[in-house]
Amino acid sequence: MIQFQNIAKTFRKTRVLDGIDLRIGLGERVALIGSNGAGKTTLIRCLLGEYTHDGEVRIDGLDPRDNRTAVLGKIGFVPQLPPPLKMPVGQLIDFSASLCGTDPARIHAIAKRLGLDIDGILTRQFVRLSGGMKQKLLIAIALGRDASVLVMDEPAANLDPEARKIFFDLLAERLEDATMIISSHRLDEVSSLVNRVIEMDMGKIVLDDKVADDVTLTDTLACRIVLKRFELAFARALDGWRIKASDPGQLVWQGDIAGPDRLRFLGIVSRYTALIADLSLKEA
Amino acid sequence: MKQLWLTAKLDIVESLRARWFQIYTLVFGGIVALLFVFGLTESRVLGFIGLSRLLVTYIQLTMAILPIFVLITTVRSVAGDREAGVFEYLLSLPVGLGAWFWGKIVGRYIVVFAPVFAAMLGAVIWATIQGIEVPWDMFGYYTALLAVMAMCFLGIGMLISAIARSTDMAQGAAFMVWLVLLLFLDLILLGVMIQGKVSPELAVTLALANPLQVFRTAALALFDPQLIVLGPSAYVILDLFGSTGYKIFALAYPAALGVLSATIGYLIFRRGDLP
Repeated sequence: MIQFQNIAKTFRKTRVLDGIDLRIGLGERVALIGSNGAGKTTLIRCLLGEYTHDGEVRIDGLDPRDNRTAVLGKIGFVPQLPPPLKMPVGQLIDFSASLCGTDPARIHAIAKRLGLDIDGILTRQFVRLSGGMKQKLLIAIALGRDASVLVMDEPAANLDPEARKIFFDLLAERLEDATMIISSHRLDEVSSLVNRVIEMDMGKIVLDDKVADDVTLTDTLACRIVLKRFELAFARALDGWRIKASDPGQLVWQGDIAGPDRLRFLGIVSRYTALIADLSLKEA
Repeated sequence: MKQLWLTAKLDIVESLRARWFQIYTLVFGGIVALLFVFGLTESRVLGFIGLSRLLVTYIQLTMAILPIFVLITTVRSVAGDREAGVFEYLLSLPVGLGAWFWGKIVGRYIVVFAPVFAAMLGAVIWATIQGIEVPWDMFGYYTALLAVMAMCFLGIGMLISAIARSTDMAQGAAFMVWLVLLLFLDLILLGVMIQGKVSPELAVTLALANPLQVFRTAALALFDPQLIVLGPSAYVILDLFGSTGYKIFALAYPAALGVLSATIGYLIFRRGDLP
């Protein structure tokens, strides 16, 4: 159970968090949304015990600032911006695993599932990895241990569709035993991952709502698109989603997309509406 | 304790990869090599010959270089990590703030002291091979003096690093601290102050509050036990401490200053926002 009680935070006379009261229970998947400067990251940093603040934060009754090891041992965190760490990937994994009391092999296994060639990058500096590789590794470190709270700031932003699908599968495996807080600027990015939405603005909670929880994280949708004419840009976009042409004229395209990604996918497709003669998404 | 050693190991590995460490090692290794090449063990000054002469010169040079080197590289530690955005992630891992801060100090201390000591040890090994007599007492005391010097300036560096909000500010402050210590370095000048009716005890106390002066005087005392080169200040120092007492003071005071500075730095680090 996570509890925020009257949390306020001020930076140089600017009130960034203004009396936040919030309770999040086990198994809840919360989307923390809001524009830049709404206070999402500050709230997360208070949760991680990184900021001093007025009010109280409690995770299972413990203050994260006073009981860092006990509390942070339960939290898997994926930041929005990967840290510019110069240490080799192997050392980062070993360091994190040792602190979290987990086996580095678990982190390796998850990284491999996400499509990361972990053995090939163990000696490479973390800072020299691509954005997507960094994101995959940080997700692997967060999920490669027994965390009961997962705090993720735009976790899938840099992932390709295939890795996103695997990421959703990994989250689905943790639904029963973890609370998830997923921060994003846009609801459509995370709506299908969560069952509760909290919107922040100017340091306050302006919306706290439950979401219909019909979409399961492991859903797959069979997609079929018929084009009026071939367009190279659209073909490339579809190829990025692993949707392939099934006829010689490249007018009929078919493939599977992850259920939680449906809104994101439709957002991409909507740019080419004039080209589409027929579109169907069917639950497999 | 496990967290502390993990953090120390992390800092050691990061430092070993850093360019500053390579330059740092090269400087101290180079000094010893040059002293051998230029035949310093053969020259005679103030009755010193052989390895004693080399060690005296080495520690004088080290005293000039080590403090500013340690200060400038250490102040980047906390301030640099904070500025780069490393803290948000690494301090979200289950590591205690004490283990993190002191682990960084331990790691950095090993990295800072090892090359200085290794250079001196290398000189001793080489001298042994060449059949030059090794002054073990002097070697032991100089080693302790260097260990304490590293500890003192590391502590001051960590304090500055914890206070400063940016690397630029931290490096500027480190340079200022070094400059101030350097400006108050001259005990001969204090000798003049004593002649000018300033209380001798006050003048010397002021001088000996400066760790640079403490090290310099301690190094001098080994080959000039009466501290003749210091002029009237020598009487006050020797009356106050005695020869052995000063040797102990020269180790205890800077060590205490370093630990105190690091502790204050830790309290500041722990009290505020981390990222």
